[in-house]
Amino acid sequence: MQNLDELSSEILSAVEAADTTDALEAVRIDALGKKGRISLMMRELGGMDPEERKAAGQTLNKVKDGIAAAIETRQAALSRAALDARLAAEAVDVSLPSRPETEARLHPLSRTIEEVVAIFAEMGFTVAEGPDIESDYYNFTALNIPEEHPARQEHDTFYLPPDEEGRRKVLRTHTSPVQIRTMEATEPPVRIIVPGRTYRSDHDATHSPMFHQCEGLVIGDGIHMGHLKGCLIDFCRAFFGVDDLPVRFRPSYFPFTEPSAEVDIGCTRDGGGLKIGAGDDWLEILGSGMVNPRVLANCGYDPEKYQGFAFGMGIERIAMLKYGIPDLRTFYDSDLRWMRHYGFLPFDAPSIHAGLVGGTV
Amino acid sequence: MKFTRDWLFDHLDTDRPLDEILDALPMLGLEVESFDDPAKRLAPFTIAEVISAEQHPDADRLRVCMVNTGSGDPVQVVCGAPNARAGMKGVFAPAGAYVPGIDLVLKAGNIRGQDSNGMLCSEREMMISDEHDGIIDLDQDAPVGESFAAWAGLDDPVIEIAITPNRADCLGVRGVARDLAAAGYGTLKPLDTSAHEGSFDSPVTWRLDLDGAEHLAPLITGIAFRGVTNGPSPDWMARRLNAIGQRPISALVDITNYVMFDLGRPLHAYDIDKIHGSELIVRQADGGEPFAALNEKTYEMEAGMITIGDAEGVDDLAGVMGGERTGVSDGTTGMFLEIAVFDPISVATTGRKLNLNSDARYRFERGLDSESPVWAAGHIARMVTEICGGEASVPVTMGPGVDWKRSIFLGSGKVESLTGMVIDAGEQQRILEALGFTVTSADGGFDVAPPSWRGDIDGAADLVEEIARIRGFDHLPMDHMPREDVVAKPSLSPAQARLFRLRRALATRGLMEAVTFSFLSGDDAVRFGGGADNLKLVNPISADLSVMRPSILPNLLSASARNQDRGEADAAMFEVGPVFLGDAPEDQRTAATGIRHGGTAPREWHGSSRAIDVFDARADAEAALAGLGVKLAGVQVKAEGPDWFHPGRRGQLIQGRTVLASFGEIHPAVAEAYGLKGRVVGFEIHTDDVPMPKSKGPAKPLLSLSVYQPVTRDFAFIVDRDVAAGDLLKAVKSGAGPLLSDMAVFDLYEGANIGEGKKSMAVTITLTPTKATLTEEEIEKISAEIVKIAGKNCGATLRG
Repeated sequence: MQNLDELSSEILSAVEAADTTDALEAVRIDALGKKGRISLMMRELGGMDPEERKAAGQTLNKVKDGIAAAIETRQAALSRAALDARLAAEAVDVSLPSRPETEARLHPLSRTIEEVVAIFAEMGFTVAEGPDIESDYYNFTALNIPEEHPARQEHDTFYLPPDEEGRRKVLRTHTSPVQIRTMEATEPPVRIIVPGRTYRSDHDATHSPMFHQCEGLVIGDGIHMGHLKGCLIDFCRAFFGVDDLPVRFRPSYFPFTEPSAEVDIGCTRDGGGLKIGAGDDWLEILGSGMVNPRVLANCGYDPEKYQGFAFGMGIERIAMLKYGIPDLRTFYDSDLRWMRHYGFLPFDAPSIHAGLVGGTV
Repeated sequence: MKFTRDWLFDHLDTDRPLDEILDALPMLGLEVESFDDPAKRLAPFTIAEVISAEQHPDADRLRVCMVNTGSGDPVQVVCGAPNARAGMKGVFAPAGAYVPGIDLVLKAGNIRGQDSNGMLCSEREMMISDEHDGIIDLDQDAPVGESFAAWAGLDDPVIEIAITPNRADCLGVRGVARDLAAAGYGTLKPLDTSAHEGSFDSPVTWRLDLDGAEHLAPLITGIAFRGVTNGPSPDWMARRLNAIGQRPISALVDITNYVMFDLGRPLHAYDIDKIHGSELIVRQADGGEPFAALNEKTYEMEAGMITIGDAEGVDDLAGVMGGERTGVSDGTTGMFLEIAVFDPISVATTGRKLNLNSDARYRFERGLDSESPVWAAGHIARMVTEICGGEASVPVTMGPGVDWKRSIFLGSGKVESLTGMVIDAGEQQRILEALGFTVTSADGGFDVAPPSWRGDIDGAADLVEEIARIRGFDHLPMDHMPREDVVAKPSLSPAQARLFRLRRALATRGLMEAVTFSFLSGDDAVRFGGGADNLKLVNPISADLSVMRPSILPNLLSASARNQDRGEADAAMFEVGPVFLGDAPEDQRTAATGIRHGGTAPREWHGSSRAIDVFDARADAEAALAGLGVKLAGVQVKAEGPDWFHPGRRGQLIQGRTVLASFGEIHPAVAEAYGLKGRVVGFEIHTDDVPMPKSKGPAKPLLSLSVYQPVTRDFAFIVDRDVAAGDLLKAVKSGAGPLLSDMAVFDLYEGANIGEGKKSMAVTITLTPTKATLTEEEIEKISAEIVKIAGKNCGATLRG
């Protein structure tokens, strides 16, 4: 029988020398397999007397454990090397472009309307709607704009053909008819906004035959022009995200409000760019006023009992100012390059809690 | 409305600087549209004397001038003007000056060997007139070295303000001055409105032939003038008219214009010698009469228009424009002047029907001072005789007058309740009186009588506006909206809110949101089932935008074609907006519509791009429905749809009997009409037709998860080619019974080896047991049932 020490070191050398998993397995079988050299020696222990067997057994077990540990270590090293080789072979060029995503964007108009709605929701408004094709009555007469009134001529109205009785429907020139429809259908108090499409027969760099307005109407107890001022200042500051935004109210005229005011916000034009905020210039963004008693009466509200205010703003205009969009006409072009640039990612929803300034790049 | 500073100061006595007045105007409701200070513009231009003007040695048309500018040594200037000569006084611009008429900053230079250090200017070069026959040739007494603008009286700044339709009183300079005075910017100077004692009886008189329509011409005054000399207007008047863009014509014409802008009081001047007969008849046109107007155009009268005419015919279209035949000319020595009030609605209607605009119409239709024929007559008579000499007649006046006097009660709390501003009663009274209102104390407030020039004042709210705007809207309190709920309620109804979710659902799928016009071309409308006569605009801005849209698809197809032309062949877009099936409110529907064109992505190395097909459109429609809250499990597909889709590649998503969505490949003939290359697919949903999800509160149904192993089985069916997958799946579902938790078609194959007219469709199912793990026998039993029903309903056999 070979010297155990020699055998052990021979086997350990063979373990060390095994450079594949298969070679290592052959070494293991040769040493520790059923007929392995160490196993055979273990079997011989049975023929020894107890004293001798105990001492030889201990020695042999130690050798056996040492070999097993060496094999395990070698096995781990070989596996690691095999994995390293696989990883090296699997390397790819990560500078190659990834698969294109089909991510699209929401239009600045629907985004802006959502922002407006979010702000007015905070002030207790609900969203009302009305038809784009309106009767002359709702678009004009009920709003205290009689036939041949100069204000009516300024509206550049689109007309539809007259019916058998000679009545012509119009494309609504403003969202104000929804004031009438709402008051006819509901009892005070009223707090609504009306974002929607409006139409005027005008087409040039600053006018589009279709554009969007957002009307507002508040009727309630003790609502006066100071509330109009507070409501619109609060809106403008929240919308533009400028806490100290100067807001100016100027007397104006709308047949359906009395007194009437136009609303300007502060801006600067230094260095060619327009910046919303405290400055030396003003930008007109809103028309407003206390609802004309004649309009209230037209809707069946007692003007002696109820009063309130109304306002209207151009959605495109405030979107252009806030988001730096230079040309009105591009809103309706559906130019994919424009949409990718000025649009908003669908998950970038405006909210009061997360903010109203888009996070989309 | 334009005027100059000095013109305003004719009516307003003030020591306030112009800057303050310019700031005050918009706060009174008189928006400043432009401000031009010619003194600044003309600052570099000074009066100079030409000392010598020698022929240029090398240029026939040029002269070399030595110019005394009043300071320092004479300056040499090369000048091309034929009238440049020694001893003349002219206007000099030094090097460095900006010359607006040629849009250049002058530089010292050398013209054909001669130094030239500035320019002798023409009027056009300074942009003060079109005159360009030569350089300005000033009077010999013009002071050398002084500012030309100041010396020539061209330093009067011009202010342009926008006047809202209610403020007819501010369509004259005096009205603007009155507002400023009321707001504390000076005092309104008195205007002499005393009557002028006429020295003879007018040879022309009025006859009102209105037959019960006397309200159309309630007050009309005439003054005859004789012995007047017409000629150029005085310089001050011509300058002011020029400054506001009115070309001076002759003194008589200019006076009528001047009074219109000064007092908001349009006039019409007749040459008395051209009037046939001694009567001017005010009547409504019968219709068809020709009228040659002062603008050198001839109009045909419509029945009912107010006209004024002599024995020959119509001489004046009341309130709109005078007639050419009897108009004044340079040789006029006798004039008859009309100072009238006409019905504003009649004037507006006439002007609109004839498409005839004038400064007079603009004022008449907004409402003149009802008393102006009375108080203006004397003022005008004096003005004419002072400027043109001659004498004025006793005025002739006809008409019942305007019933303008009224009293409005202003409760003492009204200003505060409507505006929140606290203004004491004395100040309220002061403001109203400063604006010309008559205020008397009444029980609990004031009785207020508006002046004759404020026809716009309709009720107490208007009085409040007057008080508030003069006090200043800056004084309005700022009150936040009273909060009704501590935590705000939703502002969108569930039906409105789901449209925003729909938009997000579609954008997340890669469809770009578009907003397109609600109108389109007649061809577009007809192609997509619309184009009814009652949806055609009477006055479209172009034929391409003339009919209310029945569908959004044509707009998206056009948009896609435009993008294709820009090199963007792959387009995916949607729009949520109105479509119009009729002109009644209930005919307006909200549509959610999308299209895809080209490939799913640009060509790229992963090879992920593929051509879009009808299933992309169906998936879009399904995503949209899911965004609207529809459970897709209950939705059926039918191979039907509108004609603008490919007849073999279209479908409808149906729930019960309701068509929720249509989708398909756009019919190739339709795509071609839009110039689109390749296939286009699209879908349309009328969101109003999609039922709102039944709300059982926010809680979701309890989820019960099976603890038992799910089982998957595959079936390869052979069916006839025309068997719909939907029918086969329905059969499989029915055979699988309640344990079926998932099902998919995972292969579709047609080929010779499975037989002509046949196809192989492989279906995988997942069974999820709920009570115990399925045994092999149970699975076999379910599988057999599936095969049996598929065979019975669809003629399916298992592939061998």
